[in-house]
Amino acid sequence: MLEIGGVKLKSRLLTGTGKYASNELIPKVLESTGSQVITMAVRRVDLSRPMQNLLNYIPKGIQLLPNTSGAKTADEAARIARLARAMGCGNWIKIEVIRDNKYLLPDNIETIRATRILAKEGFVVLPYMSPDLMAAKALVDAGAATVMPLGSPIGSNRGIRTEELIRIIIDQINIPVIVDAGIGTPSEAAFAMEMGADAVLVNTAIATAEDPVKMGRAFSLAVEAGRMAYEVGAGRILVQGEASSPLTGFLEA
Amino acid sequence: MSFYKTIRILDDRYLLDMVESTTTWEIEALVNQKKIDEKGFLKLLSPAGSRSLEKMAQKSRKESLNHFGKAILLYSPIYISNYCVNRCIYCNFNHENNIDRKILDKEEIRKEGEAVRETGVQHILILTGESRTHTPVSYIEDALDVLVPIFSSVVLEVYPLKEDEYRRLIKAGADGVTIYQETYDETVYDKVHLAGPKKDYAFRLDAPERSLKAGARTISLGVLLGLADWRLDLFKLGLHAKYLSDRYPDAEIGLSLPRIKKIGTSETARVDYQSVSDRDFVQMMCALRLFLPFCTINISTRESSDFREKLIPIGINKMSGGVSTEVGGYATNKNGCNQFEISDHSSVEDVMAMIEKAGYQPIMKDWMTL
Repeated sequence: MLEIGGVKLKSRLLTGTGKYASNELIPKVLESTGSQVITMAVRRVDLSRPMQNLLNYIPKGIQLLPNTSGAKTADEAARIARLARAMGCGNWIKIEVIRDNKYLLPDNIETIRATRILAKEGFVVLPYMSPDLMAAKALVDAGAATVMPLGSPIGSNRGIRTEELIRIIIDQINIPVIVDAGIGTPSEAAFAMEMGADAVLVNTAIATAEDPVKMGRAFSLAVEAGRMAYEVGAGRILVQGEASSPLTGFLEA
Repeated sequence: MSFYKTIRILDDRYLLDMVESTTTWEIEALVNQKKIDEKGFLKLLSPAGSRSLEKMAQKSRKESLNHFGKAILLYSPIYISNYCVNRCIYCNFNHENNIDRKILDKEEIRKEGEAVRETGVQHILILTGESRTHTPVSYIEDALDVLVPIFSSVVLEVYPLKEDEYRRLIKAGADGVTIYQETYDETVYDKVHLAGPKKDYAFRLDAPERSLKAGARTISLGVLLGLADWRLDLFKLGLHAKYLSDRYPDAEIGLSLPRIKKIGTSETARVDYQSVSDRDFVQMMCALRLFLPFCTINISTRESSDFREKLIPIGINKMSGGVSTEVGGYATNKNGCNQFEISDHSSVEDVMAMIEKAGYQPIMKDWMTL
């Protein structure tokens, strides 16, 4: 079973709260996906109005994963994380330090710095990152609970374009690897899981679907299938037929 | 090199020729491209683009959903002074106009702020006319002092400032700056701004960059549609946003397309406004979205409630609600002079209901003072 920050998780699909047509969809999607971890932007958490407060739409027992969306530096991320804890969102934090509004690519250097600061303060830190092995190792050293490399830019629905880099991280990093961002279809989620990712985080593809509840279910099945296939070990992929042995066949004669 | 230097070299005749010669076929190819460059953006603003508007709108919707989802941020403007030394022909606050001039003191600003906060809105714009005597930077600083603790985000829509002045106000808690060039056509600009410091086209044009150098988190640009050729103005607005986003990639850039409203003063009668149809408006919105998918698009209450509702699925990000454009209009002085007539008089609750009806989520809080 997947374990992050001492919490055991049955579901390997993490979901989000942004981009939904209505907060009322959130509990329904949580139910249809079976997701046990949900991320939300601290900038959107509004304690002043119960109807607007998305925390009120998240059932008990679901692990909150506040994120630092909007932070441009490690220090801003740290301040947002502390704010989240003070608001009662718990001690998990997904670090997003983004200084590029066009592609929303994370700044790995500031992310490592924020991870070090917050891990020391007792947070369970899940950093969103560009898939770079050295950065992933630095995040492990800084005290990250997982690494969250991106498949392609946030909201792009373009799939796992960073496949080789993520494969290397999965191979070399011994804390959970969660593929975050870019997953547009259930088949891509299954693909990430077959590669050996420990979990995936999917928001845009579910939230902006015509029927988010049904799409959420589709993602959940795909994640489960992909994981199962990974555990079994997928069969060999053969480049060409194996019937003949053109180079060594003469030995059999 | 400032943006002023960048756009001075543009040849309007050449740009208009390119607009005229664009074919519908080119538009369809552009809509299917992943990325649109400057030339493609100009072509999207062409009459051929207008003929392929549904395709542009479909793509705009898709880009908007991917980038922003089904969420629309609500904000309100708070006018704190209408003293103004400028003579802009399209504005009621024109220095020559004989209107009730008012400047709110700290207590009145607090009351306005609390009245707006009461509606649920947490993002505000504070507005003044241009008068360094009546509303110096220290006055704006005092206003921030009162309003920043009440709101999640306070953005300045005041006269253009120097870089160190922006820095001072950002330090006082301002989250960003809104400053519209009104028109990028320097000749028309000179003609519609009859007198006052606003006549300095270049100082205003480079104000957004100064604010970003000073650390503003957000910047909103806009043109007042109707003053000059909208295609050229829109093209230059897009270039301005691109220029800033290339140099300040961490800035959140917003775009506004206010259509001019006729007002009843004598000076306004001097100019023939160019008409901008609803179709033109939608084409501009789509072209901007396709060229700059990461920029936010803001629709004010200058547009009718019905029209605003229809724009939601095409992809808008911010809407004002429960708006008063008069000084003290929320709490203190309900019969003052409007800066311009608004079309959508809906309350914040009405606007929220309209957004929900369209299948989107109204967002009241999307930042916080750190």
